[in-house]
Amino acid sequence: MSRQQTHKLAVGVLTVVAAIVVIPILLVIVYVVWQGLPALSWVFLTEAPRNGMKEGGIMPALLGTIFLTLGTAIVSFPLSIATAIYLAEYAGDNRLTRWIRMAIVNLAGIPSIVYGLFGLGAFVLFMGFGTSILAGSLTLGIMTMPVVISTAEEAILAVPQQFRTVSLSLGASRWQTIRYQVLPHALPGIITGIILGLGRAAGETAPILFTVAAFYLPELPRSIFDQTMALPYHLYVISTQVPGMPLQIQYGTALVLMLIVLSFTLIATLVRTQMRRRREW
Amino acid sequence: MSDAFLSVRDLYFTYDDGIEALRNVTLDVYRNELFVLFGPSRAGKSTLLRLCNRLSDLIEHTERQGAITLDGKDIFAADVNISALRRRVSMVFAIPTPLPGSIYANLVYGLKLAGIRDKGELERRVERSLRQAALWDEVKDRLDASALALSGGQRQRLCLARSLALEPEIILLDNPTSGLDPISTATVEESLYELKQRYTIIMVPHSVQQAARVADRAAFLLNGELIEVGRAERMFVHPQDQRTEDYITGRFG
Amino acid sequence: MAVAQKSSELNAPTDTTSQTNWGEWLIEGVIKVAGISSIVIIGLIFLFLLREGLPAFLDIPLRQLFGTRWYPIEDVFGMAPLLVGSLIVTVGAVVIALPLGLTTAIYMGEIAPPWQREILKPIIEVLAGIPSIVLGFLGWIALAPLIQRLGAPTGLTAFTGSLILAYMSLPTIISIAEDALYAVPKEYRDGALAIGATQWQSIWRVVLPAARPGLVIAVMLGIGRAIGETMAVMMVTGNAANIPSLGSGIFFQPVRTMTATIAAEMGEVAQGSLHYSTLFAIGIVLFVISFAINLLAGRLVGMNGVRRSRKGGML
Repeated sequence: MSRQQTHKLAVGVLTVVAAIVVIPILLVIVYVVWQGLPALSWVFLTEAPRNGMKEGGIMPALLGTIFLTLGTAIVSFPLSIATAIYLAEYAGDNRLTRWIRMAIVNLAGIPSIVYGLFGLGAFVLFMGFGTSILAGSLTLGIMTMPVVISTAEEAILAVPQQFRTVSLSLGASRWQTIRYQVLPHALPGIITGIILGLGRAAGETAPILFTVAAFYLPELPRSIFDQTMALPYHLYVISTQVPGMPLQIQYGTALVLMLIVLSFTLIATLVRTQMRRRREW
Repeated sequence: MSDAFLSVRDLYFTYDDGIEALRNVTLDVYRNELFVLFGPSRAGKSTLLRLCNRLSDLIEHTERQGAITLDGKDIFAADVNISALRRRVSMVFAIPTPLPGSIYANLVYGLKLAGIRDKGELERRVERSLRQAALWDEVKDRLDASALALSGGQRQRLCLARSLALEPEIILLDNPTSGLDPISTATVEESLYELKQRYTIIMVPHSVQQAARVADRAAFLLNGELIEVGRAERMFVHPQDQRTEDYITGRFG
Repeated sequence: MAVAQKSSELNAPTDTTSQTNWGEWLIEGVIKVAGISSIVIIGLIFLFLLREGLPAFLDIPLRQLFGTRWYPIEDVFGMAPLLVGSLIVTVGAVVIALPLGLTTAIYMGEIAPPWQREILKPIIEVLAGIPSIVLGFLGWIALAPLIQRLGAPTGLTAFTGSLILAYMSLPTIISIAEDALYAVPKEYRDGALAIGATQWQSIWRVVLPAARPGLVIAVMLGIGRAIGETMAVMMVTGNAANIPSLGSGIFFQPVRTMTATIAAEMGEVAQGSLHYSTLFAIGIVLFVISFAINLLAGRLVGMNGVRRSRKGGML
């Protein structure tokens, strides 16, 4: 085979493979939408499940996911931002900094079920919070830290160095420079990171298995010390533990969950594009 | 010697890659003079400038020996208020760097951080500094406009005004006309004559010619060493060191 | 000197101590503490895993703990089937994902026209965003029956798990592989083309070898992702905690991964029981494995070191 033919063959194969990768993704999304859309209705989203979950809606699970996402933001946001500021502005080029970065990379790699175990051991049992929104939020919040830290750090480092130099040369202290010249410009990027992290947290099942999720609760949670239902766990339960579950409800639940997570990603991307457009430098 | 405003004594400065940027530099700067540091690139001029207001603190892993004193006090002493120092010794950089925001915001940024809140005082300083930088007439009607909308020459004058607003005692100019067209350059150089009545200026010039035009006294730096220092009239006409003469006459550069 | 008098107000004596107030000192303190929080947290994670899991290591002789029978009902806790299960599913996932991901990265980076790139990138990001439970659900409800029809006794096999895992790892592999390819300097490609190579030849013989360290990292992180996945594999791999018999059918038997075991059995154990501790012990094993992978990947990255420009440079 001549070299040109090899080239054409190779390109052909590559194209086909790329299609093999991409087409199933599209198929999956289309299929879920097709099967699940009929189930979607105002009733579905606002009513509680009835009759052993085979009828009614997913409202408690939806609400639970919202609560947990909020809780994750509260736990993860301050600590992650502070860590990112530390790494970008205060950390020296030394061994401690290397260890911190290594710790963050490792945190990112820990399997989600192991986070669930940690949450169980540390928050549910040791701290005595029991299976609760509090324990779940703490677990999810810590799990989300690495992604928020790295996006936030990137956003902070993207602020041009000369802003800092000028600010300092005009008599600002290091913190004043960060507060007035760095953070305001890094904020859109930081927010993007948080939204992405929250999107991921909303879809997680394993960390909430032992820390907060309940199969079925007759009432909505009233405090952060209560358990709650949550969408990812709800999907797991209705698809594997409930015989005779109508397919439509299963697909509908999957669709709602998918839409929620995807909309987080969408919002984050929009924020990022808007920020690039409005950037003043 | 005793009435020198800023004194550099036996200064050594080394970067983290081991390169000695400054070697045994000793010189004095007197009040209300325009003192020029000139020499080929990588001679240590900008480094010396940054040491004068301790912007050099930002660079990691450096070593410094010797002293720089302002009015007799060591600026590297542990109890020095660095923010106050940088307001007293204010720098204008080679590349004009307005901060994002309005012209007004740029000018009052340092003032507000210093605790000046009175609107009248702020406006007074804004006008005064813009006049001294020869920019007032051009921007007085659009102080709220973005600083980034200004031309290169205007931006640099804005940066100069920004420093002037702080009412410093020494102005450090690091190649302030490097990116500017000839007209803007001339405007800046002209303001220097006025400015040195009120302030002391230490400047790294764009060229030997510029140095000769504006300097009262000058120092020639080569590879981190101070070769020669003296009054400009003598230095640029009858330099004492052969290396100075070679550089001035363009035999290397 | 009128000027000096005025400036003495705000540029007050150079010998006062740092006037940055207590508020600032406090904020900077909080930031510095937060800085080391990651190290503290990871230490805590390991500590708590140890706290609950140590009894398993102490009460069960190691040979048994890593033995070949996992039979909690009889108090027999041999992790080997679980380790093998994770291994098989992960290897299968990598075998599927690596060629797919690499070729997609090559396609996107070197061959596809910009408009295709604009479409492909978001699609892959969408894949990255699909929650694992949704993919597991689809695998359970749609993919498994399909595989069953292809001949496997049930559709819940290691292969099903590998397939889903492969797709889940693809975004990671593709994105890192893309970065690695992008990092290869343009001169390499141009040089090859200049001496008459076709584009494919330049890719195959020049670009890929140059990108190899980055590609290895992509694989390692893909592996890390695959080993750690829980819900998707739990739903489709069949949950049979035996070591599958060797032979060509190995991938089409049901298996149990470490992650799925923890998720499936924790709900039924009594706190403090041996079973409970053993599940935590599995968690420790997972922690160590992911730590090791990250350590290795970190070493490799260090060799391609990317040194970021730090603060404090000259303007």
